[in-house]
Amino acid sequence: MSQKFNPLDNFNLTKAEIGYVDLNRASQSDYDRIGFMSGLEVHQQLLTEEKLFCRCPAGKFNDNSNFDAEIIRHMRPTLSELGEYDGTALMEFKTRKTIIYKLKHETTCTYDVDDTPPFRINSQALEQAIEISLLSKLNIVGEVHITRKQYLDGSIPTGFQRTAIIGVEGEIYLKDRPIKLIQLSIEEDSCREVSDIGHIRIYKTDRLGMPLIETVTYPDFINPQEVKQGCDYIRFLNRSTGKVRTGIGAGRQDVNVSCRGGHRVEIKGVSHTKWIPKLSHNEAFRQWALLNIKVKLNNKIPNPNLWKISSQVADIAKLKLNESIENLIGENQKIVIVNLPQFKGILSHFVQDGLCFASEISQRLRVIACLNQPNMTHSEALNPRLNDAEWENISKLLNAGNDDSQILFWAQDEDIKTALETIQERCIMAFSGVPGETRKCFENGSTIFERVLPGADRMYPDTDSAPIPLESKYIENLRKKIPSDIIDRYRDLKQVGVPEDVFTYIFSKNQYPIIKQIVDELGLSARFIACFFGCTLKFIENRYKSSDNFNYKIIYDLFKYLKDNNLEKDLAKPMLIVLFQHPKMDFDSILITINFKRISKDKILDQIPFLIEKFNQEKRVDTKENQENWIMGQMRKTAFGNINLAYLKSKINKL
Amino acid sequence: MEDLFQGYKGSALKILQKYNVRVWGHAIVNTIRGEFEGTLLPRSENDDDKHLVMKIITGYNIGIDIDTITDMQEKGFKKANYAIPEKQFPFTPGLPKVKLFGTGGTIASRLDYRTGAVIPAFSPGELYGAVPELADICNLETEKVFAVFSENMGPTQYIALALAIEKEIKKGVDGIVIGHGTDTLHHTGAALTFMIQNSPIPIILVGSQRSSDRPSSDAALNLMHAMKAAGQSDIAEVMICMFGPTSDEYGLLHKGTRVRKMHSSYRSTFRTIGDTPLAMIDKEKITPIKNDYHRRRSDKEVKIMPYFSDKVSMLYYYPHMNPDILDAMVDKGYEGIIFVGTGLGHVNKELYPAIERAHKKGVHMFMTLQTLWGYVNMFVYDTGRDMMAKGIIPAGNMLPEVAWVKLSWILGQTKDAEEVKNLMLTPINDEITKREPYNGYLILQGGVPEVENFIKHVHK
Repeated sequence: MSQKFNPLDNFNLTKAEIGYVDLNRASQSDYDRIGFMSGLEVHQQLLTEEKLFCRCPAGKFNDNSNFDAEIIRHMRPTLSELGEYDGTALMEFKTRKTIIYKLKHETTCTYDVDDTPPFRINSQALEQAIEISLLSKLNIVGEVHITRKQYLDGSIPTGFQRTAIIGVEGEIYLKDRPIKLIQLSIEEDSCREVSDIGHIRIYKTDRLGMPLIETVTYPDFINPQEVKQGCDYIRFLNRSTGKVRTGIGAGRQDVNVSCRGGHRVEIKGVSHTKWIPKLSHNEAFRQWALLNIKVKLNNKIPNPNLWKISSQVADIAKLKLNESIENLIGENQKIVIVNLPQFKGILSHFVQDGLCFASEISQRLRVIACLNQPNMTHSEALNPRLNDAEWENISKLLNAGNDDSQILFWAQDEDIKTALETIQERCIMAFSGVPGETRKCFENGSTIFERVLPGADRMYPDTDSAPIPLESKYIENLRKKIPSDIIDRYRDLKQVGVPEDVFTYIFSKNQYPIIKQIVDELGLSARFIACFFGCTLKFIENRYKSSDNFNYKIIYDLFKYLKDNNLEKDLAKPMLIVLFQHPKMDFDSILITINFKRISKDKILDQIPFLIEKFNQEKRVDTKENQENWIMGQMRKTAFGNINLAYLKSKINKL
Repeated sequence: MEDLFQGYKGSALKILQKYNVRVWGHAIVNTIRGEFEGTLLPRSENDDDKHLVMKIITGYNIGIDIDTITDMQEKGFKKANYAIPEKQFPFTPGLPKVKLFGTGGTIASRLDYRTGAVIPAFSPGELYGAVPELADICNLETEKVFAVFSENMGPTQYIALALAIEKEIKKGVDGIVIGHGTDTLHHTGAALTFMIQNSPIPIILVGSQRSSDRPSSDAALNLMHAMKAAGQSDIAEVMICMFGPTSDEYGLLHKGTRVRKMHSSYRSTFRTIGDTPLAMIDKEKITPIKNDYHRRRSDKEVKIMPYFSDKVSMLYYYPHMNPDILDAMVDKGYEGIIFVGTGLGHVNKELYPAIERAHKKGVHMFMTLQTLWGYVNMFVYDTGRDMMAKGIIPAGNMLPEVAWVKLSWILGQTKDAEEVKNLMLTPINDEITKREPYNGYLILQGGVPEVENFIKHVHK
């Protein structure tokens, strides 16, 4: 009798075998060891009134339950311009999904549902995209060609996204080096998914068609922190124009990751840059683990072409399963047992935190065969659903060998064929390492299979639109309007001693221009103003609620008011607290609200001799420091805002 | 000889010749806006001569302004082979035999670089490659009769089609499908109804509103519905088979004489006017809506009447229309004129002398309606009676396009006024109906609560 196999031990063992290190303990040498490689595709919605190819309003959103009509579509793969079918397209076709769109009159027209050809491209959006392209140092194309990029998941009712390149070969900057950009495109946003259960996927069309730009970098990032830094840079650059949307969903990125010997995998729709390090770290190590599986399988099984699963639809009575698993199996579903020859130790091989290789199969069953999870269990489960006796029974039914492992899944009749093909296909892929995939991400840093990675074969010229020429004169005029570079702004702030921990806040809110205006026009210290925004304003924003839309420009007015009225900048903070909550209140009233009384400098200084006398009368411990503190204490309330407190202190000292 | 610079002309062509870069060549282009690399694509002949088109490595197309080019080098060459994968269409014993005639249009298309538009692609193998489900419906044979866009279909094509269909009926096929551009699908529907009478089998006209080069195309489903209707339905008439709702749910079979394209781009653009469609059709079943149709027969008898005169025109009336237009038509030798009048069938009095003149010259004149729905009634108002007296004959609820087709077909056979009138007013297949069912006119108005409720719960 062979020694009893423990899946959990195997999981931990394989995790150690590949040299997995946690994100917070990993160093550059770890990433060099596995050949970490990453690039970004950063999506940013543009701030326009209308959608990109129709005249529906942009930026109006509705709840899932709020809709006026529904339509149904099915997607079929079509040929690319170069006469090829795209792999993703064929996978989506296999899933036989019915797509339902929930429409709202206000935000959806016949263009959105593909019953009307596109209207002229939104010129406001095009102009914004060119400005951002110039800022990204891209080579601007001579003519914009609208291209169709196939998406068969239904996220766009046409089955393709209209998209166009504005520029190629640009550059952004990390703190210490530049990163090359491949391209920037303008495109229409997709639908938002409402649900995806079994063979029915539901979308709503409110976001569909909103103008979006996509900035694509070369895969030049060499560790997870750099990826985040690069992404922040692109987002700050976009925001520096003041012409992009902010808020949830307005900026999203796809992170491309691979390790040495692996394959490009695209982590889709990462909505926060702070998630990037963990996601890219985990993905690189997942690939490293898959490569370890590849070596193991090829050592065990010399000819993968002959490797084949065997399966049978099981008689439930014969299986004698426990109740907990019977409850998972739906009505009209059958149980299928599958033998994977010589796969012992593979299904429980580490791939991600808490996830073993079997999860890769289960995820594909969900997406391709439309089996909602949980959809299977297996003989090497880390949290077993079936006991040893049950598995022994199953392996007997399958005539399984000692080195085999087994899967048990449940599905309706019509999905079984696709499910078995999917299991066979994913296992065969394991012999060659890492399949190209797009993956969906979660906040905890894990990812799941979403789709087969699409290639350039899904592009097709949009025969409904004419090319749009971009004349040199037009571009040069736009060039005059673009703001300064983020990297220059970064250096500026650093030079005047602004602490780096306030940079992210300042750039993400695009406050640099207003800071610069205050500094240049009112002659205030850059360090003071940057910190006023980065610390004081940030504190107030977190602590208080603004009743109206608070505009940063009002802070300029505040400092100008203080200057014009010969008041001290110390007043800015207490005034801003009130101003932030009531942006329409005038400054004189704010001063009354904070109980400020105007007293001339001379009058304040005149009090000093009197207070010294008083201090001496009261016979306090007579040190210079005590005297100074006591007098300042007495005077602070009247002096605050009327006179520079440091100056006042020096005056006290002199007497 | 092969065209190395497909679609390029003028200054753009000169640049390509200067640097020796061909279409499908992989090139590096230096410009004052920076460097671009990619494959040079053909250019649509309607586009200007100031730009080159390239496909860059990421699959996108871009244009390059030739005035910015400082240098170009061809580094390689790879011509694209745009072909729908051809697979032998399988023969399945027991399935009906359907003949598909290709005429062009968007039912099966591929990219045309010359115009930048899509051109028809067509063979059973290509169709099977694109829509394999067809093999479960019928055994298919195809024949390309001609390849023209819908708007170029005309009398020559109607006649050619009628004769080709006759041949197939004699050979014993179970059904005919005609792939056709949608713009004039209903004109052809009417023409074939008049030219092919007493057909023993279904004759289905089908097109698509979204070309088949896009994933959301209605082409595949329309084709499946059409093949099913041709092979399996017992309605032996000339019909148009297109989407019922815009959703991918079911198609409708419309009589060739009562149908009209009602939206420039919607999938559900074809509507039966003044009546209900013949049947609903989906992948599983054919559900008749009407019962009084010509049944399928097992014989091979058919009457072909391939006539058409090109001396018929239409006159769409507008207020204060000048009679010189009508005079000009008569002077140019038109023998038949279909008036499309307002309301119940009216034109202004200023036209009367011209109408009288036309009548005297023997021009056959019939009245149809801009309202599309309803009957011409020239007795209600004096003007109507005046016009009848001057020789205009009311054409009942015949659709204007159908009336034009029918009068053309009749004048291809006879010029005798009485015979023309008789033929015009005697319906061949419901081009004039005896009665209009009350559900034959349903144009729902958006915004009205009950209609909003309907579209929320029923897939439009």
